[in-house]
Amino acid sequence: MPESPTLVVRVLRHPLMWPVLALGVLLVINVGVKPSFLDVRMQDGHLYGNVVDIMRNSAPVMLVALGMTLVIATRGIDLSVGAIAAIAAAVACTRIIGAGDEAALSTAVMAMTYAVVVCIALGAWNGLLVSVLGIQPIIATLILMVAGRGISMAITDGQITTVNNPWFSDLASGFVLTLPLAFLVAIGVLAFTAVLTRRTALGMLIESVGINPEASRLAGVRSRTIIWTVYAFSGFCAGLAGLVIAANTNSVNANSLGLWIELDAILAVVIGGTSLAGGRFSLMGTFIGALFIATLTRTIPNIGIPSDLNYLFKAVVVIAVCLLQSPKARAVLRAGRPSSPRPVPAKAGSPA
Amino acid sequence: MSTVTARPDSAWDRVKDFTPPPRYIPIIATFALFVGLFGVGGMRYDGLTDPQVLISLLIDNAFLIVLGVGMTFVILTGGIDLSVGSVVALSTMIAAKTLQMGWSPYLSIAAVLLTGTVLGLLMGLLIHYFDIQPFIATLAGLFLARGLTYLISVESISINNSTFSELAFGTVYLGDYYIRWTALLALAVVAIAAYVLARTRFGRTVYAIGGSESSAMLMGLRVAFTKVGVYVISGFCAALAGLLFSLYILSGNSLHAIGMELDAIAAVVIGGTLLTGGRGYVVGTLLGVLVLGAIKTLISFDGTLSSYWIRIITGVLLLTFVVVQRFATRRQQ
Repeated sequence: MPESPTLVVRVLRHPLMWPVLALGVLLVINVGVKPSFLDVRMQDGHLYGNVVDIMRNSAPVMLVALGMTLVIATRGIDLSVGAIAAIAAAVACTRIIGAGDEAALSTAVMAMTYAVVVCIALGAWNGLLVSVLGIQPIIATLILMVAGRGISMAITDGQITTVNNPWFSDLASGFVLTLPLAFLVAIGVLAFTAVLTRRTALGMLIESVGINPEASRLAGVRSRTIIWTVYAFSGFCAGLAGLVIAANTNSVNANSLGLWIELDAILAVVIGGTSLAGGRFSLMGTFIGALFIATLTRTIPNIGIPSDLNYLFKAVVVIAVCLLQSPKARAVLRAGRPSSPRPVPAKAGSPA
Repeated sequence: MSTVTARPDSAWDRVKDFTPPPRYIPIIATFALFVGLFGVGGMRYDGLTDPQVLISLLIDNAFLIVLGVGMTFVILTGGIDLSVGSVVALSTMIAAKTLQMGWSPYLSIAAVLLTGTVLGLLMGLLIHYFDIQPFIATLAGLFLARGLTYLISVESISINNSTFSELAFGTVYLGDYYIRWTALLALAVVAIAAYVLARTRFGRTVYAIGGSESSAMLMGLRVAFTKVGVYVISGFCAALAGLLFSLYILSGNSLHAIGMELDAIAAVVIGGTLLTGGRGYVVGTLLGVLVLGAIKTLISFDGTLSSYWIRIITGVLLLTFVVVQRFATRRQQ
């Protein structure tokens, strides 16, 4: 490039441009339909409003998607997260019920710790299958996806288990510093992951494993340990998400808890610009992707469409995002319509 | 370790030294598992060895057999189709809704089959021409089909069309035993699929793509046609399975068949088809479905085990087969 790119071009070229723009469009649609959509009011020292709800509802998908981002960066995929979330909820709820004092803080903490440890172990099991036995990730995690809900039902004995512990339900409905606790937990995990991967070499190592596991191994990267770690981390995130979902209803239904959350999480990751081919990842992109999904879920009833139809919109989003990321589709768009409605990236890509 | 002998073996030697070709070993293992399940079950529970139980296994799992056949085609090319469960739900819904609106049953069946086929075609085109991973493209199909189902109706619609009931309960008597048309249709689908895979150019190309897509392309095989074709077949099979399912359950519901794609994939894997593609048989898938069905039957005969054990046992079987496959292919390489 002969001239240094202007600020506008730099912004337009930023990888997060499209996800942020999509989120913005959704918000504009909402405000257009219902001008009071963005209103936030203070009540009892907490913030209330649609935006706060979106933050809170985005927490489970965001947590799962953070783990999924790292797994996808190593060219893997974790289909078992929904099942792991169901197991986490089942373990926590049965522990709370089985404890001496059902409503105590220590009971909630113990139960949640126990559940999270179980989930890390399950994630490590996936990692074992992928890294040591060399089974394709999609198949290795499919096993736990199939068996996981059965295990979760075995833990709860097939019943919908209801718990009564105010500390536990605070995880979903509580507020800290006027913001929903669930959202803060998700932000905390995001910050922790970001510092761990971007302030140390870990992120680069994960990306190198995703680009070429064999070459990374020859270069001295312990790719096996790294793959194992990201699956264990994904299990940890899925477990936290399961706890948040269970705390939201104070109950666990092993059949429906976290159903299809793996698909939502993968969608959030893809929207955020992380390539499914592995090798690069964007945690901020995932963050925005999760917010986008939560906003989409909120938008559909807001503009007067039955909320069951959100699958239809998700299908459209999946196809649109994949076509935007597919080099072949871009080539077709560019060749077929030089003055397409999205000329900016096309211009930026061509040698001026 | 034995020295090679030139003298002709006796018949007993041939039997003794017989080893089946390695490519049939997974199917033989699945068949042995199936026989073993029934053998052990037959010793423990009275009435399980009744041939009618075996036939009922076919009747109760007819839709899963058809679904598995479509999935086998896709997995043989190295792809995967996550949308089939939702397409089954969509098919039951289209059938129920069109019948409720007073369409002719044959027109309604045609509409169902057409919808599934078109959905499969769209996914195949996305996968082949835009290089979108099969997993993601069929994920979009999953959402789309489920969304369309909700669009048609959120409520469950029951089917009480006389032609449909006749089809559903159409029975063939074989002496003392009976079998329904739906099961015979499923077996016919297996037979046709086995013929197509083994004896036609299309079928051989499916295996070639699963072995190595670039080699198949360099050999001048019709990769594009075949790759899109397997998703069309899978879509068609899913729609047909949806019809069989609606005949079995006689209602359309947007909550039908959640997670059924997992059963189909599990059946294919337990049937010995390699998930990386290129190796496997539809007969294996039939056996895989029967193994899953046998587990369900055993659990219902037992009566003390809860139904969630089906999922756990399926998972364990899946694990076993995947790990064994992994070591078998590693040794060959």
